[in-house]
Amino acid sequence: MERMSQALSWVLLVLRDQGPVIRRFSGGGTVIVDKDTVFVTFICNKDAIPGLQPYPRPIMSWNSQIYEHVFDKACNFQLRENDYVFGNHKFGGNAQSITKRRWIHHTSFLWDYKIENMAYLKLPTRAPEYRLARSHTEFICRLKDYLARSEFIDKTISALGSHFSMEHVELEPSQQSLAADFVPSSREITMQEMEEALAELTSEEPAAYSLSK
Amino acid sequence: MASRLLWASRAAASRLRISPLLHPRLFSSSEIPKELKYADSHEWAKAEGKSAIIGITDHAQDHLGDVVYVELPEVGAAVTQGGSFGAVESVKATSDINSPVSGKVVEINEELNSSPGLVNSSPYDKGWIIKVEISDEGELNNLMGPNDYSEFCDKEDGAH
Repeated sequence: MERMSQALSWVLLVLRDQGPVIRRFSGGGTVIVDKDTVFVTFICNKDAIPGLQPYPRPIMSWNSQIYEHVFDKACNFQLRENDYVFGNHKFGGNAQSITKRRWIHHTSFLWDYKIENMAYLKLPTRAPEYRLARSHTEFICRLKDYLARSEFIDKTISALGSHFSMEHVELEPSQQSLAADFVPSSREITMQEMEEALAELTSEEPAAYSLSK
Repeated sequence: MASRLLWASRAAASRLRISPLLHPRLFSSSEIPKELKYADSHEWAKAEGKSAIIGITDHAQDHLGDVVYVELPEVGAAVTQGGSFGAVESVKATSDINSPVSGKVVEINEELNSSPGLVNSSPYDKGWIIKVEISDEGELNNLMGPNDYSEFCDKEDGAH
């Protein structure tokens, strides 16, 4: 088998499978977006949490304290570097976007996953230290193995409710008022852009390669 | 399916334990460059005639963590005082960079494309971000001097 860079093999995989790729506005690594992932997002004004500095570590630390009330102690839940783990197995990744007046913190919880989808997640350039040399399947775990989905949702709401007064809001997209000049920062990467990336990568790696189907 | 959101009102944060500052400041108050002006969003400006060089402060880079990417504006782009012109991406967060002055971008630090870590290692020198042709030099008076900025940082850190 010919050697290929991770980036090149990833681009080839995406082009082969024609999977949509979205470049999101927040930081963090690549995640799979499907029914097996649960996303929890906090959108806060800068001064919404008294005593909280609007920087990555304080926000992440504050957020982890919410989830300490969600998981049983036996699960050994903790924030480890930038990940939510049970012991040393990752089940949640975090990402943030911080502006002058507000911030967003979202967690992608790995409710479940398909082994074949892990191929889309190339090894990050900066892997967390606690990962050691473990493969993806050795490094991550499924949240569904620890509690039921409804229990996770209810306990998260309850944990928030012990610190905030809350109100359920049902939103219909057509009723949302958006600024006329709002331009989303997140966007879908087109197949043409992927092919351009492929051309750039292969010009840097002249070794022959094949596009599997 | 209709979306459902939970809106949280202002927190009773006294019941939440807020983590202390994890990373000590690398620059003491005496090491904050004297010749620069500072914004309350932690950017600095170095006036050079009708232009200003802009970057983020050591306080900012220390709190943001290792910078992995800097989103730079296009040369020729207009900037406004206090307005966002780009972003700094650290490992898990993107953070807006706001211009301390209004004007037009005349130069960007393209070195940051290959070496974004310069923002961490040399925030006041090699980690500069953009150079702006200032449209209103009076705006520099809206910025803080080094002593005021040092006090501002101490107050901000002490309040959390």
